[in-house]
Amino acid sequence: MQLPDAEQLIAQLASAMRPHITPATALVGIHTGGVWLAQRLHALLGLSQPLGSIDVSFYRDDYGAKGLHPQPQKSEIPFDVEGAHIVIVDDVLYTGRTTRAALNELFDYGRPARVDLAVLIDRGGRELPIAARFCALTLGEPLPAGQNLQLERDDSGALTMRLIHA
Amino acid sequence: MRNPQLNKHGELQHLLTLDGLPRSIITQILDTAAPFTEMAEREVKKLPLLRGKSVFNLFFENSTRTRTTFEIAAKRLSADVINLNVATSSTKKGETLLDTVDNLCAMQADMFVVRHESSGAPYLIAQHLENTGRDHIHVVNAGDGRHAHPTQGLLDMYTIRHYKKEFHNLTVAIVGDVLHSRVARSQIAALTTLGVPEVRVIAPKTLLPTEVEKMGVRVFHSMEEGLKDVDVVMMLRLQNERMNGALLPSPQEFFKVWGLTAEKLARAKPDAIVMHPGPMNRGVEIDSAVADGGQAVILPQVTFGIAVRMAVMSMLGSH
Repeated sequence: MQLPDAEQLIAQLASAMRPHITPATALVGIHTGGVWLAQRLHALLGLSQPLGSIDVSFYRDDYGAKGLHPQPQKSEIPFDVEGAHIVIVDDVLYTGRTTRAALNELFDYGRPARVDLAVLIDRGGRELPIAARFCALTLGEPLPAGQNLQLERDDSGALTMRLIHA
Repeated sequence: MRNPQLNKHGELQHLLTLDGLPRSIITQILDTAAPFTEMAEREVKKLPLLRGKSVFNLFFENSTRTRTTFEIAAKRLSADVINLNVATSSTKKGETLLDTVDNLCAMQADMFVVRHESSGAPYLIAQHLENTGRDHIHVVNAGDGRHAHPTQGLLDMYTIRHYKKEFHNLTVAIVGDVLHSRVARSQIAALTTLGVPEVRVIAPKTLLPTEVEKMGVRVFHSMEEGLKDVDVVMMLRLQNERMNGALLPSPQEFFKVWGLTAEKLARAKPDAIVMHPGPMNRGVEIDSAVADGGQAVILPQVTFGIAVRMAVMSMLGSH
């Protein structure tokens, strides 16, 4: 499979989001790829609300089967969630379980007025009724379950997509 | 022989002692605890990790702080917590420790938090669970006799790492009643495992275990010498309730020689932190001016203790 150019997708995603941005819009990136992406979007869209980040390790539904992630990161929500317009940002949308966990975590901080989802790539394979409002690329053929698509960042800060065969 | 605290995959199965616990596991517990310290910012101070699990606080010896922080930690992980003050219940009627455990297992216990006046009691329970094939049930030692108090040792390490960042360049002094202290044993084990180059104990000869040097510590019998240039001062509580025999002069005389005052603390580095596991005997092992002073981190220790206990319980409950 020819991997899409991440930088190009980021520019497309920002353009898709721009008409829907208000002064109250706040981004929350999901660790780790989603946080990098959210940092880029935050700068491109010139948002005034500070950037949030979430590690969903403590809210995952496979905790009983897979155990705890060995190095969970801190979730940081530096704005008032109550009444906010929040866009959850992740690099790749797959089963929807990560988004479900992020929503649950977010609601433990308060009741947002609205929550949207922005992703670079929708790889198909949903197991929950979740859809992205903003998505730069939807794969025509869902990616097989054994493969993993994720964002990577090099030392210069450039982002690329990488395909991992499990 | 396999470490009785780890399962066959090398994961934490029970937390019984810090002695012999691999550095990687200790570091993993401290790393896991860090995000739990952010809980205070949330509207809902609960995480779903132990939802539907039952944690039994089994305290055969009185404790308020430790039992309460374990209870808060378990509740913040959404577990159901059952507190048993065993000192005043079945054991008084003659039930054995393992019969008590079997009864609670029949009530679908998932985790036991055990404090016992006898060293080794939590081991006995862990071994019994293993022998009877109940490896989904976990044991946390909340203090056994003079032996170990691993979560206290871990929260102390978390506190040191929070203020000092690294362990490899520190000089740490443990001061006071080392002889009766399970806290001191857990602290020494953790400090040496984490690579602290110099661990000192400062105490009168009567309050030191024999051959304490074999634990990898330097022994001092003077506060003035022992506190010189240390980064961390860890005070211990004078355990009057565990003492039989004339080990000490009066509390006033003890304070004069071994109590931590501002004057003695001035021997340590200017940015040294002062720790105490509580409950404090003001005017016995520590002067109020120090306990309430700018170098004391005694209350942060309590707060970090909740995060560290959440980390331990969430790691145990994940398998």
